[in-house]
Amino acid sequence: MDQQIKMDTLTLADLRPEQQGEILKIETEDGVFKRRMQSLGVVSGTAVTLDRSAPLGDPRIYSLMGYSLGLRNAEARQIRIRVK
Amino acid sequence: MTSPVTVALVGNPNAGSTSLFNALTGAQSAVANYQRVTTSLTAREVTHRGVTLRIVDVPGFFSTSSQSPEEKVGCDYIHGEEPDIIVNVLDAGHLDRSLFLTTQLIETGLPRITVLNMMDEVRRAGIRIDTALLASALGSPVVETCALKKEGIDALLDAMAAMALAAPADPLRLHYDSHLEAAIDRVQQHLSKLHPQELSPVRSRWLAIKMLEGDDEVLRHESNHVELVEDIKGEQSALAHEHDEDTASLLASARFAFSNGLLREVRQQEGDPTAGFKLTRILDDFFLNRTLGLPLLLGILWVMFEATFSLGAIPTDWIKALVQMASDLVDKTLPEGMFHDLVVNGVMAGVGGTIVFLPNIVILFFFMAVLSGTGYLARASFLMDRVMHHFGLHGTTLIPMVAGFGCNVPAVMATSVITNKRARLIAMLISPFMSCSARLPVFILFAGAFFENIAGTVVFAMYMTSIGTAMLSAVLLNRIIPGSGGDAFVMELPPYRLPTMHSVLHHMWDSAQGFVAKVTGVILVGSIVIWFLQEFPRDIAYSQDFETAITEQAALPDSPEKDAATRTLKSAQAQEKLEKSYLGRSAIAVTPLFQPLGFSWRESASIMTGFVAKEVVVATYAVIYAQEKGSEQLTETLKGAMPPATAIAFMIFTLLYAPCLSTIAIIGKESKSWRWAGFSVVYSLTFAWVLALAVSRIGGAFL
Repeated sequence: MDQQIKMDTLTLADLRPEQQGEILKIETEDGVFKRRMQSLGVVSGTAVTLDRSAPLGDPRIYSLMGYSLGLRNAEARQIRIRVK
Repeated sequence: MTSPVTVALVGNPNAGSTSLFNALTGAQSAVANYQRVTTSLTAREVTHRGVTLRIVDVPGFFSTSSQSPEEKVGCDYIHGEEPDIIVNVLDAGHLDRSLFLTTQLIETGLPRITVLNMMDEVRRAGIRIDTALLASALGSPVVETCALKKEGIDALLDAMAAMALAAPADPLRLHYDSHLEAAIDRVQQHLSKLHPQELSPVRSRWLAIKMLEGDDEVLRHESNHVELVEDIKGEQSALAHEHDEDTASLLASARFAFSNGLLREVRQQEGDPTAGFKLTRILDDFFLNRTLGLPLLLGILWVMFEATFSLGAIPTDWIKALVQMASDLVDKTLPEGMFHDLVVNGVMAGVGGTIVFLPNIVILFFFMAVLSGTGYLARASFLMDRVMHHFGLHGTTLIPMVAGFGCNVPAVMATSVITNKRARLIAMLISPFMSCSARLPVFILFAGAFFENIAGTVVFAMYMTSIGTAMLSAVLLNRIIPGSGGDAFVMELPPYRLPTMHSVLHHMWDSAQGFVAKVTGVILVGSIVIWFLQEFPRDIAYSQDFETAITEQAALPDSPEKDAATRTLKSAQAQEKLEKSYLGRSAIAVTPLFQPLGFSWRESASIMTGFVAKEVVVATYAVIYAQEKGSEQLTETLKGAMPPATAIAFMIFTLLYAPCLSTIAIIGKESKSWRWAGFSVVYSLTFAWVLALAVSRIGGAFL
């Protein structure tokens, strides 16, 4: 069961340019990072799209709540999403 | 009213609080189009309609609970100082995100004024906001402004004055779902029992919410109440069990739900919602292009340094002519003697030789103002993050690094954009490698004298060396300095904005003033001191009797050979005099250290005096050459004075060796350790020596 959930769990880093994502939750033990993300609008239900990637594919710019947020893939992998 | 009313300008980073502060108070604080330009509190008093307002510019933050160090200054201020009025500055184009902070400010219970800043951008995007409805929903007056165009400033001052005089209104209360409300209620009751009569209901509710959110600071404050802390943990796990989410997330979601609901009612979109930022998209397709992005960044920097050199050359020639005129005038009017020599060969050569670089510096600052004001600098750190990550640096380190092109002192201060302590220390220690505008005169002088045809490119290459060394040394520092831990790259990319003419001009004016102040201060004093050091002692035992030899020559019949012989004799005498002066002797004493790099005692002397401030390097050169070769133009005199490879080695050494006194002081202050400041001196001297040696050896083989 647990394995099953992990397998079809997508993270923000998996989002492709043409997709519309919806944030589910932030999976991290780092409380400061989590609250920082939340204050930037990364909360469950927020719609998010991938704007563009840096020349080497990392970091990437996401579009949410009408603004652009730059995030490294390492951080984006801690944010679980669902693709609409 | 006797005591001033404290008004705090609070908003997200880059919401325009500082621009608003400048517009309100007539201050000239630095602004740019990226986050965290303002890192400390600034206050100014203004009297409006008979009310004295003490307006405080608070560094921006996104949330009162995130507790990342760069946001702490702002949070601590709001919680600790409790200003009389909070002016909540919102970027009207980014309300979806900015209202989150508003929901937290509501809970402080302090009187608030809501400012919708950058309304011009919003209107252009065809968005209409029902401010009356927004005001009633937020329980605060709403004022629309455009700080950069100084629109709505009077209305805002009116609102502040009115609120200062009015009786406090009932604070608004945000409602959460029933489970959360029940939990808040229970914690609140517990708190009231622990602190009877001390807490107002607003305050205890606020504390309860903070504790449930897991605010480390508030929890630490209450940590002696073990039972309370246990209670909160219980509430948190019960909530987590019911909602499958931790309490902080529940509260955050509820806050965004409130703001989303509110915006659905007050905001109307006419036309295409992306129209407003269409230009930003088009520009980003270009500047952030995956193939073109990095070459473009490099190209932009090249243009910047090339223009600094070649555009600067024109006004520089005028200043040179002016300096020459002044010098000639003084030369003729002052009677022969020591004072004459001091003014002509000391002051005029040193000060005049340095002031000619004013145009270059002003042009450099123009470019820096444009880069930071448009929002390109934020993009540059995004583009460079991956590359810099390899060097153990964070993309945002680019911001202090670029600031370092101006001056290393603000660069060290600007490292506060970096959250992680160790990463910040590393950024601080590499900042002095950034080629500040004080090194620019050395590059321009040497590049102009030794590499006339490719001078701009040589200057650019020096800047690239500067960046390269900074990055490489970061790798080394990452090994040396104990500990680990990077920083998450979380950066908002602001839309492109046209910097106002006023702020760009202000930047340039500021740099010009700073440079002139330095030239008339430290450079002037330095030139006088250097002149005395090279003039004394006067009773020099020459190796041969120059006077007699010159007199003998004079007796001979006129011929080209006679003139040449006299010139050689005179120059040999001047050189020996310099070498045996205090300056020459002390420089010769340290020259063995620099011999491997191919430097003569003149270079050693310039390097020594340059410790004070790097502009003195050129001033020293100017004084020495004025003495040795007569007051000709420095660039002309310098041509052929050393092999090109040595010239490059000298430029590199000047670029990298020990930070100037002010920078050493600021590193000591910001790192709170004089050990690191001392380390920085030794470290950079070593780097400079090794690199200069390598260049003079390798370059010597080719050039």
